[in-house]
Amino acid sequence: MTAQSLVNSLIGALALSALLGLGTVAQAAADTPKVSAAKGDKCVENTDFMRRNHMDLLKHHRDDTMRLGIRTTKHSLKGCVECHASDKTGSVASSKEDFCVACHSYASVKLDCWDCHATKPGKKTRGKSDAKMPIDHAAHDHIHARGVK
Amino acid sequence: MNTNSGSTTAVESRRAVLKAGAAITAATLAPGLMFYGVAHSRPAEEPASKDVRWGMLIDTQKCGDGCKSCVTACNEEHGLSGKTGPQDSQWIRKVDIRNLQTDAQHALPMLCQHCENPPCVDVCPTGASMKRADGIVLVDSHLCIGCRYCMMACPYQARSLVHEPLTDQKPDVPRGVGCVESCTFCVQRVDRDETPACVEACTEAGHNAMLFGDINNPETPIAKALKARASTEVRADLNLNTGVRYQGI
Repeated sequence: MTAQSLVNSLIGALALSALLGLGTVAQAAADTPKVSAAKGDKCVENTDFMRRNHMDLLKHHRDDTMRLGIRTTKHSLKGCVECHASDKTGSVASSKEDFCVACHSYASVKLDCWDCHATKPGKKTRGKSDAKMPIDHAAHDHIHARGVK
Repeated sequence: MNTNSGSTTAVESRRAVLKAGAAITAATLAPGLMFYGVAHSRPAEEPASKDVRWGMLIDTQKCGDGCKSCVTACNEEHGLSGKTGPQDSQWIRKVDIRNLQTDAQHALPMLCQHCENPPCVDVCPTGASMKRADGIVLVDSHLCIGCRYCMMACPYQARSLVHEPLTDQKPDVPRGVGCVESCTFCVQRVDRDETPACVEACTEAGHNAMLFGDINNPETPIAKALKARASTEVRADLNLNTGVRYQGI
């Protein structure tokens, strides 16, 4: 093999790999998960922040709710489901296109929230519980006697 | 012009309503002392308070013979199957007891007794079994490894293990395979200032055998009832100081 043909084949190989490389990039762009639109105007935090930190917010909120009884709704899993459940399946995780699964299968991160938690929003009924009950509503209020300023 | 006068009236009537509301929520008890708070629940951002202790009083004399309203309501609230096999979850069940000597019979609802000193919490190796500040005993499924020590430690057999994978759980009641679970006093409802489903069903069925509330607050119906008449803890000899008390057994 002459020096010239060696150079030629090298250039050829480089061109080929560049082509292949470009091809891969194009392929990746096409494969990026298509995240379905959510209800509501915007998320509780901005999208970039949520992409990176939603798991921390959820974990923090879960411990606050579970162990302390704090029931704010801003970072609750139920809140996520209410906005992100898909129109098609009504769920965030029952098909490959649904909100959570779309990204998690792309990123290959196992998701076990839905082994226990509901993937569909609940019905907005307060049930029969509005009826008068023999509950002591004085219960958590204990009488607050305060001085008037 | 018409529209303007219309809106003015609306604003005025709204003001009147607001004024009336204010009169109800803040009443003068004595000079310098105000009474605040008629039936408002704990704010969402506030943790459960240790000043509260949720309890239940069950009058077995009033408990309907053959009535299972409480059990049905619990199953529905939490999405339980309602089956009663050894591997099925039961958070509340009717237990028939008979005094062998006198032949006196009772059927009483048995559920997690929400002990002040819960043996299930003592034995849990992961900290999943826990007691909330307001006395509600819970399982943190995020930490539960399904070892079932708590089930063995509980003198009331109040806990169940989920043996099979579940689907279609209720949004307020996450449940999953491999975790132990039991009565939560309907913590999701209590935090919304509602009564547990079983108590509500018992009242609706007309039996009024169950009373729920804060036993630390002497003004509540449950505290008054406990003060008025003797009540029993099941297995009082264990000194667990249960949150669920019975009358009539």
